[in-house]
Amino acid sequence: MDTREKDIEKLKDYKYGFTTEIENIRAPKGLDEKVIKFISNIKKEPKWMLDFRLKAFERFKKLEEPNWQKPKYPKIDYQDLYYYSAPKSMKDKPKSLDELDPKLLETYKKLGIPLQEQARLNGIAIDAVFDSVSVATTFKGELTKHGIIFCSMSEAIQKYPDLVKKYLGTVIPTTDHFFATLNSAVFTDGSFVYIPKGIKCPMELSTYFRINASETGQFERTLIIADERSYVSYLEGCTAPMRDENQLHAANVELIALDDAEIKYSTVQNWYPGDENGKGGIYNFVTKRGLCKGKNSKISWTQVETGSAITWKYPSCILKGDNSVGEFYSIAITNNHQKADTGTKMIHLGKNTKSKIISKGISAGYSDMTYRGLVDINSKAQNSSNYTQCDSLLMGNKCGAHTVPYIKNKNFNSSIAHEATTSKISEEQLHYCQQRGLNPEEAVGLIVNGFCKEVLQQLPMEFAVEAQKLVGISLEGSVG
Amino acid sequence: MTDQIKIDFDKIIKNSSFSDGDIKLKKEHLNRFIKQGFPNRKLENWKFSDLSQIIQKNIGQLSFYNDHSSSNKIDTSILIDGLEHNKIFFINGRVEKIDFSYEDKTQIEINEDCKLDNLLKNNNSLIDLNKAFTNKSYKILIKKDYSLKKPLIVYHTNNNEIKSKNINLRLEFELEQNSSLRLIDFFYDNNEKNFINIFYNFDLKKDAILKNYKVDKTLNQNIKYSFNNIDQDENSISETFILSSGSNFFKNEINCNLNGEYSSAFVNGIFSLMDKQHHEIRTTINHLTENTKSYQLIKSVLGKDSKSIYQGKIFVNSEAQKTDGYQLSKAILLDETSEFNAKPELEIYADDVKCSHGSSSGSLDENSIFYLMSRGLNYKQSKELLINGFLLDVIEKITDPEIKNLIKNTIGFKE
Repeated sequence: MDTREKDIEKLKDYKYGFTTEIENIRAPKGLDEKVIKFISNIKKEPKWMLDFRLKAFERFKKLEEPNWQKPKYPKIDYQDLYYYSAPKSMKDKPKSLDELDPKLLETYKKLGIPLQEQARLNGIAIDAVFDSVSVATTFKGELTKHGIIFCSMSEAIQKYPDLVKKYLGTVIPTTDHFFATLNSAVFTDGSFVYIPKGIKCPMELSTYFRINASETGQFERTLIIADERSYVSYLEGCTAPMRDENQLHAANVELIALDDAEIKYSTVQNWYPGDENGKGGIYNFVTKRGLCKGKNSKISWTQVETGSAITWKYPSCILKGDNSVGEFYSIAITNNHQKADTGTKMIHLGKNTKSKIISKGISAGYSDMTYRGLVDINSKAQNSSNYTQCDSLLMGNKCGAHTVPYIKNKNFNSSIAHEATTSKISEEQLHYCQQRGLNPEEAVGLIVNGFCKEVLQQLPMEFAVEAQKLVGISLEGSVG
Repeated sequence: MTDQIKIDFDKIIKNSSFSDGDIKLKKEHLNRFIKQGFPNRKLENWKFSDLSQIIQKNIGQLSFYNDHSSSNKIDTSILIDGLEHNKIFFINGRVEKIDFSYEDKTQIEINEDCKLDNLLKNNNSLIDLNKAFTNKSYKILIKKDYSLKKPLIVYHTNNNEIKSKNINLRLEFELEQNSSLRLIDFFYDNNEKNFINIFYNFDLKKDAILKNYKVDKTLNQNIKYSFNNIDQDENSISETFILSSGSNFFKNEINCNLNGEYSSAFVNGIFSLMDKQHHEIRTTINHLTENTKSYQLIKSVLGKDSKSIYQGKIFVNSEAQKTDGYQLSKAILLDETSEFNAKPELEIYADDVKCSHGSSSGSLDENSIFYLMSRGLNYKQSKELLINGFLLDVIEKITDPEIKNLIKNTIGFKE
């Protein structure tokens, strides 16, 4: 078999595993003040931004890497990473899509993300992030009409410094945990969304993240602000090429919902999971946190986690405003040697706050999956309620499924209900489906989709179809 | 603390007649304890109850030396009426009397100087503390095919001669094939502000049955920690019931290893707390082989300023197919200052298992109260009826009718 054929063979398993040959500009390897200044400088950032980064870096130096998580990984050498990598042609940002490097356009075409607006039919505005920079944002005109700001983070820092200054770091402060602080110091790009008062965003907003360069960490930062009475639905997708090394992805996502606002955040995470022997793959250590700041606000997280060698994240809601609502819907699938430690935190501070957690975990092969969640009802959060359901499905006896919920109720007017089950696909269910003419793979696919339905329903239409397929692909070969 | 503990330890060694080997082991345990100290919230197991801080706040300086030379008088007024039973008296940290008068003496072996095992594997500093300071521990062996006719009651009492002391008790039980034991731990404290550290080890052979009931009912200012380690062989059954209500602080830990096929473990518990009480139950059930079963039910009723914690873990090994594990914890919060924390944990490595857990907490259902009041009960009565019904559910799980009645009477439930 020649190399080309081998490549094709490989790609069958992970179709996003190709690499784009493109010239890059990189920051010098390693992490120190110089690198941070380099990043800040190349992005032509104002001084307050640099100060923000340096403050975070000062603190980062004092922090120790956490080690309480279930999936252990070899120590990461933070001095052996590139913290900034950008396609050369992006140095002077192209004014329009026509000026964009055709190779980049082709990459996104391969990924099924057409950036040309005329090619878009289903009305989703996209911001594409390639390694460390945002390369293109579509449908800008349409959005500007409504006063909606949807652009890359670097652009927002230049154009809307007041908004960024006001909200950046208010949900995830620079004094947060290890990876969040690292991100605050070195974050490169990401998306910025601002929905003005009373506006219901007319289309889905979406960001597509792609890691391309090797030995590079991706540190993006997303900030979404929904002003009073507004609504936005935001999608996030991720892929990376196949490499033998482990790559670090440590993003920060901050959501802020003011009075009566609603944010719906969906993720379909399909980073390269490593090969079947557990070599390579992305370490996905992401901090996602939403703040229901205003009254009657709502934040809803939906995630489909199928990729990454290690997924370690807990999208959380801080329910500060009275009557605010937090939701978390999750499907996490691990196969081969993948590991996941994921879940959510619901922190009830305001009165009459409600939260709902639906988590479905599926582990197959040699993988290990942990649901870890916190429900904390504060003593002032009168009449609050939480409902949690986490179900795990095991396929084979080499994998593990764990549930570690922390439940804290400090308010006697509030109620918490938690349920969890662990089981396998029963012989009866399989038998029934096979009897009706499905082959074993199809039968498992059907049962798994039924198991995940509650979460898949929460995704916007276009993504639901993709996610459903992804669920099937991720479990291929695990039956038997 | 370090100086005090060393001085106290030397004093104990001087006044007793341990073998050189034992002294060496005890020293090793002591050093391990000094190194780790009392557990604090940095340890995952003690996340919700910082023992180091609790002792500091409630007792202050602990003293570890107890004079065991003179015996204590047994207060017979505390004896349980209406139930014939065997007795062990544990007073002020000293085992005063072991009385198996109802049993066939040839079927029970009491070994006084049970050896300290060389196993220093555990990471629990309180077990090290226990092993370093227990002056006498006993091993009770129940021979093959023998079932104790009457239950054994361990009276944990102390009088007001001691204060701010650390008291340790260690008992080991071995139940040979097809034997059975009913064991009641009855806590009756008269004194104040001591730290009581109890370590039980149970070894259940094939077909053996153990029923252990812990009753902590009388109000007292002591801080207690109790650890049960239960190893179970094929087809054996263990049942543990905990009534956690009297002490200022009480943490019960149950570690159960289901080593043999068809073995099963049941843990049921009640927290009934008020006034700054802080109690915890932590269970670890290790399903290590096929066809094992565990069932846990914990209920809490929490009054003003009280706090209860339930940490339950079901571990299923990759060989332990066909495991059936269930865990349910429920809490009623009666006051705005009460707090319930739970961490029901599943760690599963086998696929053909049925494991589930549930946890709920909230206030008393106003609709139910309304219903009862519309039937002529007043508010207080309705509330009591609902709470009693809530807790009775757990008591009904007790499989021994005699003891069930005894516990019902202790709590004050009427038939």
